[in-house]
Amino acid sequence: MATTPIVDPTERREAPPVVPLHLLRIDPILFLAVIGLGLCSYTAISETRMAESASRQVVFFGIGIVVALLMSQVDYSRLRELKWGIYGFMIAAILAVVALGGDTRGSRRAIQTPFFELQTSELGKVLLCVFMAAFLTDRVRTLRQRDTTATAMLLALIPTMMVLGGDLGSGMVYVVIALAALFVAGTRWTHFAALIALGLAAISLTLVVAPKVGVEVLKPYQVDRLTSFLHPSDDPAEAGYQQNQSVIAIGSGGRTGRGDQATQTALKFLPEEHTDFVFAVVCERWGFTGAGLVLSLYALLCWRALRILTMAKNLFGSIIAGGIVAIILFQVFINVGMNIGIMPITGIPLPLMSYGGSSVLATLLAVGLLQSIHVQARTARKGLF
Amino acid sequence: MSPMRDLEDRRTPLSPQLAVRVALFGGIALAVFAVIFFRLWFLQVLSGDQYLVQARENRTRDVRIQAPRGEIVDRNNRELVTNRPSNVVQIEPQGLPDQTIDDAAEWGQAMGERERRLELLQARAEREAERRNRNRKKGQKRVKAKKVSLATVPLPTVATPDLAARYRRLGRLLEMRPETIHRRVIEQLVQLPYSAVTIRSDAPNSVVSYIKERQELFPGVDVERQFLRSYPRKNLAAQLVGYVGEINPDQLKKRRNKGVEQGTIIGQAGLEYTYDRYLRGKDGAKILRVDASGKFVGEALQQRDPTPGRQVRLSLDLGLQEAGQKAIAEIGGGLPGGFVAMNPRNGQVYAMGSYPSFDPSVFAKPVSNATYAKLTSEENGAPLINRAIAGTYPSGSVFKPITQLAALDEGVVGIDEPIADTGCMDIGTREACNAKKTVYGPVALRKALAVSSDIYYYKLGIELFHQDGEPLQKWAKKMGFGRSTGIDLPDENEGTIPGPTWRRKINKAEMKCRKKQNGVPCFFVGDARDFNVGDSANLAVGQGEVAISPLQMAVSYSGLATGGRIPRPHLGLEIQDASGRLVQKVDPGPARRVKIDKAWQQAIMDGLHQATVGDGGTSAGVFAGWPQDRLPVFGKTGTAETFVNGAPYDQSWYVAYVPHKTKPIVIATTVERGGFGAEKAAPIVRRMLAHWFDLGADQAKPEATAAELQAAAD
Repeated sequence: MATTPIVDPTERREAPPVVPLHLLRIDPILFLAVIGLGLCSYTAISETRMAESASRQVVFFGIGIVVALLMSQVDYSRLRELKWGIYGFMIAAILAVVALGGDTRGSRRAIQTPFFELQTSELGKVLLCVFMAAFLTDRVRTLRQRDTTATAMLLALIPTMMVLGGDLGSGMVYVVIALAALFVAGTRWTHFAALIALGLAAISLTLVVAPKVGVEVLKPYQVDRLTSFLHPSDDPAEAGYQQNQSVIAIGSGGRTGRGDQATQTALKFLPEEHTDFVFAVVCERWGFTGAGLVLSLYALLCWRALRILTMAKNLFGSIIAGGIVAIILFQVFINVGMNIGIMPITGIPLPLMSYGGSSVLATLLAVGLLQSIHVQARTARKGLF
Repeated sequence: MSPMRDLEDRRTPLSPQLAVRVALFGGIALAVFAVIFFRLWFLQVLSGDQYLVQARENRTRDVRIQAPRGEIVDRNNRELVTNRPSNVVQIEPQGLPDQTIDDAAEWGQAMGERERRLELLQARAEREAERRNRNRKKGQKRVKAKKVSLATVPLPTVATPDLAARYRRLGRLLEMRPETIHRRVIEQLVQLPYSAVTIRSDAPNSVVSYIKERQELFPGVDVERQFLRSYPRKNLAAQLVGYVGEINPDQLKKRRNKGVEQGTIIGQAGLEYTYDRYLRGKDGAKILRVDASGKFVGEALQQRDPTPGRQVRLSLDLGLQEAGQKAIAEIGGGLPGGFVAMNPRNGQVYAMGSYPSFDPSVFAKPVSNATYAKLTSEENGAPLINRAIAGTYPSGSVFKPITQLAALDEGVVGIDEPIADTGCMDIGTREACNAKKTVYGPVALRKALAVSSDIYYYKLGIELFHQDGEPLQKWAKKMGFGRSTGIDLPDENEGTIPGPTWRRKINKAEMKCRKKQNGVPCFFVGDARDFNVGDSANLAVGQGEVAISPLQMAVSYSGLATGGRIPRPHLGLEIQDASGRLVQKVDPGPARRVKIDKAWQQAIMDGLHQATVGDGGTSAGVFAGWPQDRLPVFGKTGTAETFVNGAPYDQSWYVAYVPHKTKPIVIATTVERGGFGAEKAAPIVRRMLAHWFDLGADQAKPEATAAELQAAAD
């Protein structure tokens, strides 16, 4: 980064660093956890019938790592000034998909590009996270007031409503990001209680009341997928079938997995096995052991992110870190939950494991932000500006 | 960045409030991982084995390997029924919407209900017509039974648009109309609710590979290579061989099908049914890997080879069978009828036929309701019915030897005791006459049989009516009437020998039925009255409510010819393995013995012989020029009055016995509405006999002219 001018070496107090100083100040454990997940992703996708996707996943990962490293070298604090620009870009990107996007299984969520499908809602997750952090940091003095909470929530709900139609999962993630940001920023408990009450009311309105009066808020396939985990089915035409097959795949993996005997994946019983159901592939092939390894890496990731939250040099960094932990934790929980049959099918990817450029790049960008926060915190502590 | 803003963002390293929230955050994370961990523990460690079994079941499928069914050959090992391989396109019921399954069940019920009502109404109409005709006054016209009809139940609509699209796609490929496919699906689901529906047999190989390559376009569609029954002899013995079909749920529960798995092809009628146990063989099975779309992947994991079925060799002689069927078709002039030729000594059936016949290859594939209706409808002469065993009719004079035996046994007449034949006589309230009112004068047994004197036998019938213990009925029963002959074919009709006891029983049933229907007649009988002397006189000459099948007639004459050994007729001779080696002989069981005095038998046989050679013998004309010295024919004509749709007709009968050292034969033939016995039935028998004894074509034709035949009428 910084090119050292050729000066008299005697003037320098220490030896010139082989790598830029800031690059050494990233969190190595976080970095290793991410690399580990990348390797797991590659191995798992190689085992599916979509093995050719594995190499592309590696390419995405490579680009993502570079993006993350670049990001880690930038002081994230400067993003605060750009918050409205970020917000506007996010809205525009989401709108672009709504306008130009192609259909994937009945939902509009991506723009077809020659190389990959651009899912702007994935990037939106990180952008929203940064925006929420900036917005709340600006209003740090009025954080305990009702209108701050309400405005923040409303600003988060705008992109949420926009993606909800085509991509229910991302919409849910947006809400979770907003809640996490408010949570870390220090919003009053009573506000949370009110928000949760409002949320429950809205859900029951859309799921129970609206269909009865004939207003279709959610598409039928969405309702079907959301409720199918309650009634697994043997009918391949029904959503419950996928989940049933996923549970069979996971269960059949046993303690150490079926290795090459894994049939659920090989014989196509498992749908979407390289994206939404990649966790089931891991579970079938490597059993409880493999699943444990993957989960440990996520736990490691969350632990490091939470640690970065506490380390951050300012509230802005803490909120960003909190939002990112929420993104990862929520997505892991929903995706794995849907694989193991305790959560509805929502099409939320497993961060860094599921095949998909948008998700991988966005997640790695978030990791880059975390690293930036870490780098800045360590630099601040050492007094090196 | 303004200093003011910078100040806002600055904060203490970790405020206590944030510490609480981070701790909470961590707690949530911990909870999430704990939930996932325990669920995984439950799925993989605690119940992993169970899911492993499920995964294994998921990917394997048991596939039946059909065992080739045994062939059926005649006594000279000529093939009658064989197998041929065929590509059969099927739809699995699991691949159909539930709605279709329900629709089919509903439609089947509605159709069954309609059938029942139709039968009831038709039977009622016929009996009503019969009753009116019986009670008609002189000069009044006979009435015909009304033809009853009922609207059919419309086929249910195709359940879903998706299914309709599938039918269309399949229809384009198989060159069938989608409606036909739909009809087949519904009809077959009614018959076999859980089995694959056969859409088309004999699909070309190109279609098979097309479907297999694009399985995802044809969900639930299976192409199987199956053995279908093949009938190289077309309509020869069609009613005897019967047909095969997949076992249905009711049959699965039957004891005779113990151990038969669902989906097995079993014999449904005729010899296929009787000898199913041997013909069936045992299906093999293989376990195959399948992927999620149901495509087979790789080699079979396990395989059990099928055991081919046994071959059944029949006593049937296809040459005689062909001669018989040709004769009845040509001489019968398109009238329905049946014949049986058998060996009187051991009961081996040489030929058995029914006219009209049909090509049983329609049964190689699932039969549509329409085809089945065609095969059983009366307009087409119900070709499916084997008239040789299931067609029972009044026999006319062919019955007379039995009356004779009863009379001799009771002592009401002696062998040489003459009875005055006055041509006509009063019986009860009516006058009865010989055919053409011929007066024969005093006749004794031999002549009475030879010329077929009705008056002689009327008188015996009247005498026998007054004897105790129903001797006439008893002898009829002894000689094999009104009871099953025990032949190795299903659906044999026992027929009826009317008598006082029978009459009382049926009257009771009629009364009970009427009571149930609030006085509406059920027409088990035309009128509920006692068996009277007129009925007995009628029975003595084989008229009235007596009903006898050609087979029973052949069996009873066999008993007469052998002096009281009533054989058990049978078609099955041997069970052989696939290469024709003997595995087991079919044992029909011993003949039933009836005590017949040698002298009586001799006298009756004399009479029967006189009928074919003697002056005025009823079939002497038919057998003119026959080498009687070498091959004496013992024959009896019969002409019985029957009613078809309320109109009277003459049923033509003939039974003949020709003794022979190696191939003795009894042939019984009847032709519905065929006129006098000598007119249709006797010439058919002559032709068959000529074929049997290789007498050449010139002996096959009866030499008498039509006028002579008329004169010889009984």
